Amino acid sequence: MDWGGIFENTLRAAIAKDAIVFALAAIGLNVHFGYTGLLNFGQAGFVALGAYGTAITVDYYGQSLWLGVLATIASAVVFALLLGVPTLRLRTDYLAIVTIAASEGLRLLLRSVTLGDFTGGSTGLSGFAGDFYSINPLPGGRYGFGPFRYSSDTWWMLTVGWTLVLLATLLVWALMRSPWGRVLKSIREDENAARSLGKNVYYYKMQSLVLGGVIGALGGFVNAVATRSVQPDNYGTAITFFAYTALILGGTARIWGPVVGAMLFWVVISFTEGVLREAIGNEVIPSSFMSTTQVGQVRFMLVGLGLALLMIFRPQGIFGDRRELALDAR
Amino acid sequence: MAAPASAQDDDAGGDEPTEAARGFLFILVEAEDGGRDEKQPVAEVEITVRSADGEEIGSATTDDEGRWEVPVPGPGRYEAEIDTDSLPEDVELRDDDKQVQPFGLRPGQARTVQFPLGDDPRNVRSTFDEAISLAVAGVNFGLIIAVTAIGLSLIFGTTGLTNFSHGELVAFGSLTAYFLNQTLGIHLVPAALGAMVIGGAFAGSLDLGLWRPLRRRHTGLIAMMVISIGVGLLLRYLYLYQFGGRTRPYGDYAIQDRLDFGRLTITPRDIASILISLGVLIAVGLMLQRTKIGKAMRAVSDNPDLAASSGIDVERVILFVWVAGGALAALGGVLLGLAEQVSWQGGFRLLLLMFAGVTLGGLGTAYGALVGSFIIGLFVQMSTLWISPEIKTVPALVVLILILLVRPQGILGRAERIG
Repeated sequence: MDWGGIFENTLRAAIAKDAIVFALAAIGLNVHFGYTGLLNFGQAGFVALGAYGTAITVDYYGQSLWLGVLATIASAVVFALLLGVPTLRLRTDYLAIVTIAASEGLRLLLRSVTLGDFTGGSTGLSGFAGDFYSINPLPGGRYGFGPFRYSSDTWWMLTVGWTLVLLATLLVWALMRSPWGRVLKSIREDENAARSLGKNVYYYKMQSLVLGGVIGALGGFVNAVATRSVQPDNYGTAITFFAYTALILGGTARIWGPVVGAMLFWVVISFTEGVLREAIGNEVIPSSFMSTTQVGQVRFMLVGLGLALLMIFRPQGIFGDRRELALDAR
Repeated sequence: MAAPASAQDDDAGGDEPTEAARGFLFILVEAEDGGRDEKQPVAEVEITVRSADGEEIGSATTDDEGRWEVPVPGPGRYEAEIDTDSLPEDVELRDDDKQVQPFGLRPGQARTVQFPLGDDPRNVRSTFDEAISLAVAGVNFGLIIAVTAIGLSLIFGTTGLTNFSHGELVAFGSLTAYFLNQTLGIHLVPAALGAMVIGGAFAGSLDLGLWRPLRRRHTGLIAMMVISIGVGLLLRYLYLYQFGGRTRPYGDYAIQDRLDFGRLTITPRDIASILISLGVLIAVGLMLQRTKIGKAMRAVSDNPDLAASSGIDVERVILFVWVAGGALAALGGVLLGLAEQVSWQGGFRLLLLMFAGVTLGGLGTAYGALVGSFIIGLFVQMSTLWISPEIKTVPALVVLILILLVRPQGILGRAERIG
């Protein structure tokens, strides 16, 4: 067993692309679920729109990357309105049903042959990230320290990604200590109380849905430029629940909860997968019991189990405060 | 048989490391013995490949076997154009829009670009016949959704929980029946009954082992929904782990000749499936109306506290709902596996349609779930008259959003404040 290699990979996972993407997705969910009590089960749809908004603008329409980022944000806003208008006046399970259905419907549309000219069908799109790396100001070559040795382009992607995470965290921190944020929390605690104080609960929920959705879409943008490609099946509904697990792991309704949660989430995933793969490679686990393709499936099982157990035994997460959580809110 | 897709992946060409576009030109000719249409190659046709900005890369002429290949310099986006003037006189491009076809290449990929020629064999059937056969499939599908959705709706009605892992109960049924049928060699009918018993027991044990303790702890409904998602994810990937990603048919009734009733042709399998679903739905309706436990279920749905104070054992009723819902979901799973083969994620796909159906009919109402699911199933199948089958669930989801805008309590739901 190559424990050194496993630990290096595990350390790298804490700051790698996936941690950034899921940190952003989970910050968005934190705004929805943690602060407003909205049960958005379709964050995968926002992340997908973030990725495809950029990719289609640049690849199909030949526009600049900056217009792509704008398209990413605009499409997330439209998606949030589309989901929010019919559901936000209703009980929260309607939002959950509509969002999970819409995100899966969106994935099916993105991979369909019907829209293949725009989206590249099930193959997806690539070759749109050139602009992003051409403005890389970092010196060329490969450098770093310890296990963190990356190419200049990867450092650039990590820098931009973590800057986005920091900015989003800062934004949420500032908003949640403002009067606007207090209204959101009061909606989470007791919607009728907020309404009786003359607050338009519907509009506040809508603003929260839009804000969290846009932050999630930025995660999709990072994923698209980091992998330099978009593929529809990378944005299945499981993405949403990975982000939920990361969020609850770190602590809902905590400023740093989603960020710490996402890093921890990928550390755990990377470590278990590394150990399993090594164990199979060295025949510690017989290949009749588990093959290397099945290791990828174990990830999903672990996340499902982890999500259920966290929600049962420690819904406030590691750093959460149980009093901050009125999960009974409708 | 099915006509070739306009452009499909072909990663099989492993020995050629370089990127290329290639294809096979043919027309379909009816076989003399009335069997499968034969592919007759079309030779001497010129095909030109250009890069996305219009620069010509190369061209090729199809050989006697109808094959052509153009190597390209690297991955990227290209387009291929067929020279229609070089086609033989009696052969035409099926679709004029397909004269130029854009395609993308990944590194090392050799991609097949198809130019369908001649008449589409699928268009031989008239739209009317197509509509009839889709309506039959839709009735079957709608009834299957209805059978599975009763459990979802009753669980919601009695406990308030929107169970996001209900699709996994459906998949549990179809996979258990597959195991009994294909691994143990039991005939499908007893295997389906066995799957219902095991499915009911599984759902009951989920209630006893998980949901009842959570209700005792007064876990909130939102937390329970998230837990149901986690349970669903765990079960779904356990199925994938055990069953693998391929879809597989049952051992019995897989291949059947269609019975002919004038313009309506239908397999005995579909007739049986429709009759079984109808019988089960009527039985459930009678049970809800006439029997003591059915009345108790409706009472708990209406007001659990009042039901409890009038002497109904609410927990026992809820357990019964889980067992019955699980057994019905298992039956629906078997019927689904019969209609479109057994798959690890068939249940999850169905779940979204169940949601659409239940919401359309009215969340929490047993009869609403029936009507709404039936409409959704029929609608989903019929929509493939106009749209590609791969996105047939999308219109159902649009219906879901529209019904929430116009009549959020659903067709049969009572107008009451639900938000």
